[in-house]
Formats: sequence, structure tokens, C-alpha cells
Amino acid sequence: MSIFIDTDTRLVVQGITGRDGSFHTRQMRDYGTQVVAGVTPGKGGQRFDDAVPIFDTVAEAVAATGANTAVIYVPCRFAADAIFEAGESGVGLVVCITEGVPVLDMTRALPFLRERGVRLVGPNCPGIISPGKSKVGIIPGQICRQGSIGVVSRSGTLTYEIIHQLTRNGYGQTTCIGIGGDPLIGTNFIDCLSAFQADPQTDAIVMIGEIGGTDEQQAAAYVAQHVTKPVVGFIAGQTAPPGRRMGHAGAIISGSSGTAQEKIAAFEQAGIAVMKRPVEVVDLLRARQ
Amino acid sequence: MNLHEYQARALLKAAGIPVPDGDVAVTAEEAAAIASRIGGPVVVKAQVHAGGRGKAGGVKLAADAAEARRHAEAILGMQIKGLTVEKVLVVPAAEIASESYVGVIIDRASQRPVVMVSPAGGVDIEEVAAKTPEKIFKVAIDPRFGLLPHQAMGLAFRLYDDLRQVRQAATIMQQLYRAFVHAGGSLAEINPLITTPAGDVIALDAKVVVDDNELDRRLEIAALRDVSSEAASEVEAREAGLSYIQLDGNVGCCVNGAGLAMATMDLVKYYGGEPANFLDIGGSSNPDKVVTALRIITRDPKVKSILFNIFGGITRCDDVANGIVTARRSIDIACPIVIRLTGTNEDIAVRILTEAGFEALTDMDEAVQQAVKLAREAA
Repeated sequence: MSIFIDTDTRLVVQGITGRDGSFHTRQMRDYGTQVVAGVTPGKGGQRFDDAVPIFDTVAEAVAATGANTAVIYVPCRFAADAIFEAGESGVGLVVCITEGVPVLDMTRALPFLRERGVRLVGPNCPGIISPGKSKVGIIPGQICRQGSIGVVSRSGTLTYEIIHQLTRNGYGQTTCIGIGGDPLIGTNFIDCLSAFQADPQTDAIVMIGEIGGTDEQQAAAYVAQHVTKPVVGFIAGQTAPPGRRMGHAGAIISGSSGTAQEKIAAFEQAGIAVMKRPVEVVDLLRARQ
Repeated sequence: MNLHEYQARALLKAAGIPVPDGDVAVTAEEAAAIASRIGGPVVVKAQVHAGGRGKAGGVKLAADAAEARRHAEAILGMQIKGLTVEKVLVVPAAEIASESYVGVIIDRASQRPVVMVSPAGGVDIEEVAAKTPEKIFKVAIDPRFGLLPHQAMGLAFRLYDDLRQVRQAATIMQQLYRAFVHAGGSLAEINPLITTPAGDVIALDAKVVVDDNELDRRLEIAALRDVSSEAASEVEAREAGLSYIQLDGNVGCCVNGAGLAMATMDLVKYYGGEPANFLDIGGSSNPDKVVTALRIITRDPKVKSILFNIFGGITRCDDVANGIVTARRSIDIACPIVIRLTGTNEDIAVRILTEAGFEALTDMDEAVQQAVKLAREAA
């Protein structure tokens, strides 16, 4: 099995005719994702690549195609509204790839989705891939392989680096999910840990965190209490100076809180094996399985 | 984006919050003129994005305009934590009966704006939170309704006993919350919020941090950016769409993706080196960005070796390779470059680089070790 997406995922792409949306829609279709609809206001009635029907609104797309998942590639000034639109369209999962959504908009969007029982992944994330089944977002399909490791991360390319290490050493993945680098996100580590714990095909979990906030510390406490599968962790940003935003809006040490050191300590205390270098992921998994 | 104190004061004033008289000056003469207009003792305060201004000698009390001029002369042009002071704020020396703290932040845990107050004002609020958490009171806000009057009153009763002061403070909190939303803030605080000997509640010092993601739609706030107060290289990087932070080490780093960039810096440290910078060239790999990145890195005289770490996904390795080759033709690069790239179009990139006389590695650890070694040998 896998978490959040699989062969039943029927995807609507918001911003399908844009530069990023069109490129990644082709990549997702090549990978085998069922892209059933696209949305670009004003282009309703057309088809993307002569195949995928385009609608003016997400609600129309869902009504006509039975889409159950939405992915957002629209530019950041429209992204918050795209999240709201997806949230009331009837899909159960919304994945927002777009970076740059104002955090005040997220304080409004998150309760709106929660009240409707809709899961949001992101914003500012690489999305989800369940190797061999479906991919929603931008994680390169060729570096993944079907298997039994669950991967959850706040990062993009760092996640690819670690997936790459796993795949080339024979460790395939059930699902790899990038939860996003923003301070306010829809799905956190604990949501993914509990889904991986419940997934019978996932044998072990790799969790990749970074400086800023306390999500990793809470995840560590959750692991100690509720996760029986082996967990291997990594924290990026040991050399990051305090008070500076390290690329990701959420990757900032505020005062003395949110440092890599405190997160690593929380991981170790919870029995999570912590990699000092990304390349160690394989040895640590091997030692714990 | 951090606002200067004088800018934050102006936002608060526009929201109706009582702030003391005062103005900003760029010369000692202007500072003296403001001081003489105010009359009586004044405080001259460096306007610079660095904490600990007072300890660094950037905040001085002056008895009159002549002394204000002398202090302004000393403070203007002063270096505080590597930043040059270009402006000073001149305000009356306030008589303070009591000091408290009022702030609005985005709380990551509750995913809501939180209004936070403390009767222990005038000191670092993080310290208060760490040492005496019972002195901090918070209300999480539903952003649909904002800070409601009874919530503000409830917090104000934690600060004052006098009903008139409670009402004044509650009004100030609501005004502060509105100013926070108006500015697209990630933090807005008044520290200290004081009572005067006459019993009035006023804002003595203000700090506002704006969410960078808000700037595209709040042009009047974006216009407050003071590029003279930032490192020139960081301004150039931002304008080129790069995310760059200068550090103190000697291994220049150029990476795609923020998480991988941090992990690369950490690995430099792991192998005994020190990263010279954080640099994320972003997702789409325009060769021009690579050229700008190299120009910025090579301008740092501490840099003794340059390390590229590229994991090609959306970023195409051949774009990065072309950028490196172009950069070497157009700019003078004195130090050795170590290049690691893997992923999309890796083969083409390796060919481009090999033909141009570069060695291309595919292993991250090997590349980092080599860059650290080269930097050490050059030092």
C-alpha cells in the first residue's frame, strides 16, 4: 500500500496551462498518474495535449470527472484562493506546490479546509509520490522505486538526495512526501508518521527535518509514544546562523528556539537513529531492520 | 523583512496608537534640529537591523540639542554587527512609570495569530518566556474576526489595575493587531508599552517584521525596504532571485534547494571546514543565475574554494554546467571550483564540464571533502 495517493488517485491540475503546470502535468502523466482534468479560468472547453479536459473552475472539473485530488501550480498571488477553491470543490486532498503564499492567508485557509475535512499538503512543497502508482507534484519519478520505506520531509532536493541513496542501495519506497518549507503547512510530520505506522506495507520511516519551529520535537514525542516501526532521521541546518531565513520561509531559528541541536536531541531521546550525513541513511536502516 | 524602529513607529502612529514625538535624521545637524524642536532631554537611537544597539553604543541620552548633535555624529556611520548606521531616531527622553510588553506573532503551533502580553516589559521577551513563563499571557486569534474587544480587555487586565489604563491598553492592542494585518506582519510588538507619570499608556519602542511573501501585494510596505542597511551581496542576490546569506567560513557553496544547501553547509563543517555562505539558486536553473551566484561568491575575499552541489530534478544539470563555463569566461575566478552534480541531464553536464577542463563529481561526500581540502591548502 501507500499513503495519501495511489492508483485510485484522480487528479485535477490547477494552473494546467501555465509554465510549471504544463511541464509537470506531462511529467505526472508520463509517470502514470491519472490526470483527469485541468483548470485554467477562461480556457474551459479546451483540452491539454489533446487529452486532458480543461475547465474554468475546480467545482466543474470535479463534477464532470470525479477528480478526488487537486494539485496547485498557480502563481503565488493566486495560490491562496486556489486552495480555498479546491477546498470547497469536493476533493479530499489538495497539494499546493506553489511557494510564496502569505502566512496570514494560510491562517485563514487552514481552518477552512479542516472544517471541510480536506487534507492539504504544502504549500511550498514538492508533493507526493507513491512509486509505481502515482505522483502528484514535482518529485522526479526516476529516482524512486517501489518498496517498503516511507519518506517524509520538509525539503525538496535534500529529499531527492536521500531517496536517491535509498533507491540505489535497494531500498524502495511506499510513499515519499514533501510537507513543505513554510511555517504554516496543512500536513505535518505527525500526520505522515501516523499514516505510515498504519500502512501495512511500510516497514520503516525516514524523517527529514530542518531548523525552525517545533514540528520535529513534537514528531519525536509522537514517535516515542505511537510509532513501533524503525525511524531514521536527519536535521538540516546545524551551521545556520540564528535569525536568518535559510531559503525556506519556515527555516529560521528564532532567538534560541528551533535549532538543529535541540531537534537532534529530541530525535535521539525518542529512539530515532539520526544521520550525521545523508549517505548514512542506508546503514542506519540496515542496522535497525 | 525587518522594518526600522522609525518605520514601525510610523505604522503604529497611523493606526492611532499614541507614540512620543520624534523624527528620524540622516545628519547630525538634522538630529540637533529635531532635538531643539522637541526641547529638553532626548534619546538618539541608531536605526539598524541588529539587536543589542544599546550595548554597542548606538543608543545615547542627550541633555540638549548640542549633546544630541555630538551623539548623532558619533552614531551615524558607526558599525553595529557589520552594518553601517545611516539614520538615527531622535525622541524625547520619556519619563516612565511602568513598562510592559504587547506583541502579535504568527504562532506556528496553533497556526494562528497570537496576541501576547506581559507586565515584565522593557526586556527581551524571550528571556521572560524562558525564565518566568507565568508572566506571559496569550490569546490565539481567529483571523476571521480579529482581536475582539473582550479579548483585548482580558489581556489588558493582566497589565493594569486602573480601568482607564486597561481601556487605553485594550484599544492599543486592537490597533496593533490591525496594523499587524495591514502590514502583512509576521511580528509586531511594542516593547516597552509604558505608563507615563500622568498615567497615560503609550508605545515607546516598536518592532515590525513583515512576511516577505506579502511584499508583492503591499507595495507601500515593500517601499520601506532599506537596501543600505543590508549587505550589498545579499541585495544583489535577492534581485537575481537567489537566496544568499554570507557567513564567516572559506568554502563558498552554491546549491539548488534550501534543504540541500543547509545539508551541504553542515557537511562542510562535518569534514572540518567552514561554509562561507548559504546559497540556493532555486528550482529553475537559468545559466544567468549561476553566473550571478559565482560573481557574488567570488567577491567574498574569505572564499578559498567553491563547491557546487546540484541535485537535478527540475533543475537541469546541463544548465548549471553552462552557467559555470560562461561565468569562468566573464569573471575572474581565482579559487578552485569543485562540482558535484547528479540527476536530470547529468551526462550532458559532465561532457560540457569535462570539455571545459573541469572535473565533475557525482558523489556529495567526495565533493565536499575535496572542497574543504582545497580551501585548507589555500589558507
